[in-house]
Amino acid sequence: MSNSVIPAPRELVTKPRRSDQIFRVAVTAGGMSSLIILGLIFAFLAYRGLGVIRIEGLGFITNSNWDVIEDESSNIISQDYGLAAMLVGTILSATVAVIVGVPIAVFSALFLEFYSGRKARNVLIALIDLMAAFPSILFGFWGFLVLMPSAEYWAKLLNKYLGWIPIFDVPAPFFTRSPFIAGLVLAIMIIPITTSIAREVFSQTPLDRIQAAYALGATRFSMIRAVVLPFGRGGIVGGAMLGLGRAMGETVAVYTVLNIVYQVNWQVLFGSGGNIASLILLKVNEADREEVNALMAAGLVLFVLTLIINAIANILVNRLGKTGR
Amino acid sequence: MTSAISQSSSAPKPGKPWEPTTRESAQKVLNFFIALALSVILLFTTGLNGKLGWFIGFFISWTVVAFIAEYRRAGKPAAQDSLLTSVSRFAITLAVIPIVSILATVVAKGWRGMHWGLFTQDMTQATVNDPIQNGGMLAAIVGTVIMVGLALIFTLPISILTALYLTEINGKFARPIRFLVQAMSGVPSIVAGLFILSALIYPVTGERTGLMGALALAILMIPTVARTAEEVLLLIPNDLREAGLALGATQWRTVAMVVVPAVKSGLVTAIILGVARVIGETAPILLVSGGGESTNFNPVSGPMGSIPYYVWKSFQLGGTEESSQRTWAGLLVLIIWILILFTIARYISSRSQKR
Repeated sequence: MSNSVIPAPRELVTKPRRSDQIFRVAVTAGGMSSLIILGLIFAFLAYRGLGVIRIEGLGFITNSNWDVIEDESSNIISQDYGLAAMLVGTILSATVAVIVGVPIAVFSALFLEFYSGRKARNVLIALIDLMAAFPSILFGFWGFLVLMPSAEYWAKLLNKYLGWIPIFDVPAPFFTRSPFIAGLVLAIMIIPITTSIAREVFSQTPLDRIQAAYALGATRFSMIRAVVLPFGRGGIVGGAMLGLGRAMGETVAVYTVLNIVYQVNWQVLFGSGGNIASLILLKVNEADREEVNALMAAGLVLFVLTLIINAIANILVNRLGKTGR
Repeated sequence: MTSAISQSSSAPKPGKPWEPTTRESAQKVLNFFIALALSVILLFTTGLNGKLGWFIGFFISWTVVAFIAEYRRAGKPAAQDSLLTSVSRFAITLAVIPIVSILATVVAKGWRGMHWGLFTQDMTQATVNDPIQNGGMLAAIVGTVIMVGLALIFTLPISILTALYLTEINGKFARPIRFLVQAMSGVPSIVAGLFILSALIYPVTGERTGLMGALALAILMIPTVARTAEEVLLLIPNDLREAGLALGATQWRTVAMVVVPAVKSGLVTAIILGVARVIGETAPILLVSGGGESTNFNPVSGPMGSIPYYVWKSFQLGGTEESSQRTWAGLLVLIIWILILFTIARYISSRSQKR
């Protein structure tokens, strides 16, 4: 055994070796990719779309005409692009989605964290996670075929009893494909993500405080009100906003259940709505060059809008854990 | 002495005061049946109708009945507690109903359109309104497999490097990068399609192909895979990294030979979740891949079909019984794939948690 080779001691240096330098550069470059991709998306959409925005000015957001008038040899005579109806419709149905979906999601999360037994809990969580993986086209067709008839009935009921509130009023009894129905489909779609964020936040509640509350004789209700909700408030709001961002960017599901009309409509139950993403899907394959640029501008608006909402949401969710009573 | 023994045997037996007494359990059962009766009455006397109407009527009456019973039993705090219990039970039921309904709808409507030709024929010889035996979704299945596979190849290095940057290097940009990855997961899918359209199709290739579809899908897939990979990398105890370094390994060798092998199953889960996320994406595919009727194995030339495109087209051009069968058969195939992927992912992660 005397001839076994003793390995030469590694030279101790503070400078990383060549392999490590390469590794760090590669990993850092990979890490920057999300920045690069987001930057490229913004740059290309802006490159195509800014021209249209410059011509239309503020009218791009405040007008609701989307007209291209062509003569017989398909030369463009005039064009006018405005997103107001689509913007209002997007916000309206996303708001309906949040108002309907978030309470369901938050209470579901409370149930999963504090009420359900372990076995039921695992099954329910698996189901809700599975729902998050359903493709949006499935939600769309299911919404069109199964939910719509039922939702129409609920819309009529709402209109009958709450019609005196302006937004529940309708100019004509036409309830099909309304922002309300699109909002319901979106509500179902945002339930999984909002539930899982709320659940995550609730599960981070410090156990000692929960036990302290119980030791003081609190019921589950008063424990949740005094400990869990104050602690998880930011997370709930953040989860709701993430849901809002998702709801605003949804395309296919909304397209199948919404009637797209180029007119601003605030009445949720009336079958006339708008949606930026659906407008893009509707127009892009038949559009000529200039209209495509307008659609790119619309995409830019949607991109920036969802980015801002997501950013706020993430800040709220991430800040959590340091706050709470 | 005997009296002392009999005295001690008559001492109160250890009880479980926190468990409901027979009376309380009976009250709960009674509440349920009163609520059931009330909901039927509601159904016949008010405007509510249908299964959902009955369900909501039942839950409202159950909540009210339980609230009153608890209030009578133990006052306001108990009643509040019962209210929250009922409401959260109601919420979880409302959240689960759509899942069950969607699955039931897909299976009920989809199985009639299932036949072997679906997997061996494409739509070159058929239109969506032809009898269901004509044509199938071969082109769509091939296209989806190619596009998702390519997207995976683009996604994998980028997202794993991102995750490694966030956990292993954890440099001064880690926080903003984590933030950007989160922001990226919120990019609407149609914007990804528009981006490919504006950056590549119009200025460069001029043609809608499978490769473009794969690139659009990759944009949507990166954040999912990167975030899941980051989560599993964070679970690796620091001892392992320190042990590697203490043995004299460089950081690169520690990561490559200790850290990454330790999270292999977690990375597989990340990949599966990423695939499940994009496999049903419709909007970007409709914009950039062209969609085709014939089976196309070449991602760089010619339009490429995909399952979502097949479903979408059957729905848009159809209106007949046959096209509806096609639509739902396509969705059934899609959902079966997703279910399989999802089951594998859960199986892997539960197995690695046990270890």
